[in-house]
Amino acid sequence: MIRVVLPAHLRTLAGVGSEVEVEVEGAVTQRTVLDALEARYPMLRGTIRDHVTQQRRPFLRFFACAQDLSHEAPDAPLPIEVATGAEPFVIIGAIAGG
Amino acid sequence: MSGIRVLAGTRKGAFVLTSDGKRQRWEVSGPHFAGWEIYHVKGSPADPDRLYASQTSGWFGQVIQRSDDGGETWHQPGTPPGEPTTTPDGMPKGESNKFVYDTSAETGKPLTTHQWYDGTQHPWEFKRVWHLEPSLTDPDTVYAGVEDAALFRSADGGQSWDELAGLRGHESGARWQPGAGGMCLHTILLDPSDPGRMYIAISAAGTFRTDDAGKTWRPINKGLTSNFLPEGEAEVGHCVHRIAMHPSRPQVLFMQKHWDVMRSDDAGESWHEVSGNLPSDFGFPIEVHAHEPETIYVVPIKNDSEHFPPDGKLRVYRSRSGGNEWDALTEGLPQRDCYVNVLRDAMAVDGLDPCGVYFGTTGGQVYASADAGDRWTPIVRDLPAVLSVEVQTLP
Repeated sequence: MIRVVLPAHLRTLAGVGSEVEVEVEGAVTQRTVLDALEARYPMLRGTIRDHVTQQRRPFLRFFACAQDLSHEAPDAPLPIEVATGAEPFVIIGAIAGG
Repeated sequence: MSGIRVLAGTRKGAFVLTSDGKRQRWEVSGPHFAGWEIYHVKGSPADPDRLYASQTSGWFGQVIQRSDDGGETWHQPGTPPGEPTTTPDGMPKGESNKFVYDTSAETGKPLTTHQWYDGTQHPWEFKRVWHLEPSLTDPDTVYAGVEDAALFRSADGGQSWDELAGLRGHESGARWQPGAGGMCLHTILLDPSDPGRMYIAISAAGTFRTDDAGKTWRPINKGLTSNFLPEGEAEVGHCVHRIAMHPSRPQVLFMQKHWDVMRSDDAGESWHEVSGNLPSDFGFPIEVHAHEPETIYVVPIKNDSEHFPPDGKLRVYRSRSGGNEWDALTEGLPQRDCYVNVLRDAMAVDGLDPCGVYFGTTGGQVYASADAGDRWTPIVRDLPAVLSVEVQTLP
């Protein structure tokens, strides 16, 4: 089970608390985590990644294990602590999101 | 007794203000979608309980919200949570926040480019929905005017959106350019006498008309002059701030341009200036009285950088002659030290008699007049900056 922390506005939009859990089969990467997140919460499609390019929206950042993963390749494996559920994958709005 | 519902979009949420037909006591609900910019909220003329809202953020993008009960509850009309996002045969289901420009089948890139501030060409990039215009007859059909300027249409209650690409594909598209607020399609007028006819306005491209329900468009800007264009009377490039019509006379249009208040009596084929004795002909909104097609309202501001009323006096100007002769309406409005602005979509009228007139300010006030502008009262004083005001007259 992968833990994902959402910024406040996206929690409201999805009707969830600060942290959600998603299932990922196979490699745990930014892409597979976000695919799983969007499949479970379709209202988040387009709010984290562009609908067409699938690029991270420019004012959002991805953190995990006290590292900034925003500029890592979307298919690069996430830290093992994220894959095991020990640490969350954190989506954050730059400067707290307006 | 009939009632009034005022739909206010602000920088930090939406508010719904309701009153009975006397328009004296108001209830305020909100903020809805707190913290998000709500560019526009508008109700369907065919079903007043059906509302559409444009919820937007520089961080999280565009969201469309819909209410089917007059604003009591809201939902995103796309695929509900927990349901598959594809149909059994693999086709994607509705995504109500997906606004994707038509692209070239060969290259996958947007069909056209437009002019950037420095004169170079720039690709179209979707930013937000400025204006939602529900169909006059079908609650599930709604048009969206967006930035970068284009027109989208939903025929399934906002679940999915398709571009009417004939507008952006007009050969003049490469000469459109952003205004200070971006290159936005901010006004959509539907002709109640002709389902194929529609007018739109873009800053800074100008006004366009379709006579075939959006397939093809042509610019209708003859008579407009803009000093920031190398050719002042160019076919396109004008910063039209707002256009308005009275439904009983859809061939007569009124325009508040960057500078100049204009009028057309021939469905936009030609325009002439009706600024007359206004203290400044710069402004954003323009509105028409519900029962008097020659009575129009504007809110002059000082100039193109000082976006506040001349002399610190908030004055609505009313013309009862379709322009040229204007009277200042001041009773109940601040007449000193007032430096707010009224944005282009932030003025509306109700359908009662006498006609009610409403506007919201960047200072967070929503003012109402229950006597066609003679006297004004603030419904609320301290909202976030008001981006849009729409009014529904309820049975």
